[in-house]
Order: sequence, then C-alpha cells, then structure tokens
Amino acid sequence: MEAVIPVIVTALCVYGLCKRVNIFDSFVEGAKEGIATVKFIAPTMIALLVAVGTLRASGALDALADLIRPIAESIGFPTELVPMALLRPVSGSGATALLTGIYEHSGPDSFVGRCASVVAGSTETTFYAVTMYYGAAGIKKIRHTLISALLADLTAVVFSVLTVGLLMGS
Amino acid sequence: MAYIFGAMIAGSFLYALCSAGLPELSAGILDSAGAAVQLLISISGMLIMWSGFMRIAKDSGLIEKLSRLFAPLLRRLYPDIAPESDAFRCISMNISANLLGLGNAATPLGLSAIRQMRAQSGSDTATDSMVTFVIMNTASIQLIPTTVAALRKSFGSQQPFDILLCVWLTSAVALTAGLFSSYLIRRASWKRSSRSL
Repeated sequence: MEAVIPVIVTALCVYGLCKRVNIFDSFVEGAKEGIATVKFIAPTMIALLVAVGTLRASGALDALADLIRPIAESIGFPTELVPMALLRPVSGSGATALLTGIYEHSGPDSFVGRCASVVAGSTETTFYAVTMYYGAAGIKKIRHTLISALLADLTAVVFSVLTVGLLMGS
Repeated sequence: MAYIFGAMIAGSFLYALCSAGLPELSAGILDSAGAAVQLLISISGMLIMWSGFMRIAKDSGLIEKLSRLFAPLLRRLYPDIAPESDAFRCISMNISANLLGLGNAATPLGLSAIRQMRAQSGSDTATDSMVTFVIMNTASIQLIPTTVAALRKSFGSQQPFDILLCVWLTSAVALTAGLFSSYLIRRASWKRSSRSL
C-alpha cells in the first residue's frame, strides 16, 4: 500500500507531460482551488471543532459513550464510532470534528481510529447532497432516495468495522 | 445546523454544571479554538497538494477518458437516458470527477445532469434515473481519501494511507447496497401499482 501514493503522483505527472499539459501551471491552478476550498471550510470547521471540544471538555461526550457502550459492545461494535456515524450524513464538518476527537483519544492507528477513518472516507454528507441536487432541479417528490442513501451509509459503517477487523487484524 | 450547534454548547454547559466540571469546560472551550486553527493549518498543506495533482489529472483529459471507460456500465444504470445525450455525458463526467476527488468539477456537472433529467421528465417527481444519480452522489466513490489521510497524518499516523483497501471495499459495498435496495423498492412498488390496476 505504501507505493500507491508515489505511483499515482508520478503517473499523473508523466501522463500530463505525454498529453503536453503544462503540469506545473496546472498544479499551481489546482493549488489555488485547494486554498479556496480550505478557506471555504475553515469557519464551519472551527465552529464545530469548538463545539465538539466543548462537549468533550464537559465530559458529556464520555457520558454519552458510556450510555451507548453496553448496547454497542454486545454486538461487538466500537462505541466511540456511534456519535460520528450518526452525525456523518447530516454534517460533514461535524463528523470531521468528532473524527479528530477519536484520533486524539485513541490514536489514528487504533482499531476505532481506523474504522472511523474508513467511515469518513467511504460516506458523504447525504442530506446535503440530496437537498442540493433535488433543490436545484426543483424536484419535490424524492420517492425512496433518502432510504436507499441512508441504507448505503449504514452499510458503510458496518463494513468499516468488518474490513478493518478482517484485513488489518487489530 | 443551528440547533445541533446550540444543543452541543448548551448540553455541555448543563452537563458540566451538574457534574461540577465547569473549570475543565472553561479551559476546554478556550483551548479548542486554538487547536481547531492548528489542525486546519496542519491538514491544509496536504489538501492543497492533492488539489494541485488532481488538477493535472483534469487538465490531461482524464475525466473524459474515465467517463468513456464507464459508459457501458452507466448505460445499464440509466436505461432511459440516451447514451449520446448531453445529460448522459454530464452524468458520466460527474461520476469520473467524483472518483478523482474533484468536487469542484463534479458538482456543476452533476447539477447540469439533474436539471436536464428534470427537463426530460417534466414533473416534480424524481425519476428512477434521478434516484440512482443522487444515490451515487451521496455515496463517496473518491479513490484517494485525501482529507482523512491528512487528518490521520496530523495526528501522527505511521501510514495514513494504510486504510485504502478498506475504504475501497467499504465504498463499493455501500454503493451497491444503496443501488440494490433502490432497485428492490422500485420493483416492489411497481408490482403493487400493477396489481391495483
């Protein structure tokens, strides 16, 4: 797996050069867009990181985890993942804030840390996407879209635990 | 969103009040703001770098290339959209841009795709193709989870990308579950409506 990133980066540059693209200018153009994205997400991220930091400092987050622990443990599910999994379809930045909380608490290379990473990497902010696309097209009756999309999110949470457990053996 | 934010702040205060944790809370609020900015700065380098590399992919015509690759598969998922139509082209380019993690490019393509589907159907009820399309956009099919990797790295992960295989498998299974359930629901409701006729 450690070769994937260097290979992708090199392949992109070589492919671009073969296509006679000015890859340096392209990179700079893309980096500009990246900075714009960071600027765009920064205020929301800070707001929600403060909110989650507050929740954690007050001890309420741990209390919530204690509340869920018996149910989660009985089915072999990592407790700390529950709040994040619930928030993920509603708020991307909120879920990211909880994700950093998990990293801080248990470490990014722990079992929970990896599961949470996989959840974050394989799901989207479902409600946002549904609202944006149907809103833009003026669709009012969305039929079974939300049920199926949320079922996909639930599947992602279950499979994050399964794949990390089976493939990464921790 | 305002309610979630309010509930988080007010809930923390009430809980700290009841459990005599106000000094910790007070310190926590002040620390978390600084920590938030530090975190943003530490992940922004990696995010900006990936934006740069993915822009090379876009400028080299990889989006168009990928969309040609996916055309046969997408033709089966969107049977009522003509493969040579503009709507179909927008759909396949939206999916390709999402794979490459080019959100900035994917969103306008996706909006244009769904507007054209809407113009084709002429009603405010979502068509089967629209449902399929939105499900594909609510699942994350991004090949390289850059934000997650940047976050992991900033928290000292040894191999921020060691989750790649798990992410690919999980994304694929989740998307399949979403699309398959949509197919089953559609068939069930179609049977019901044909019986009532």
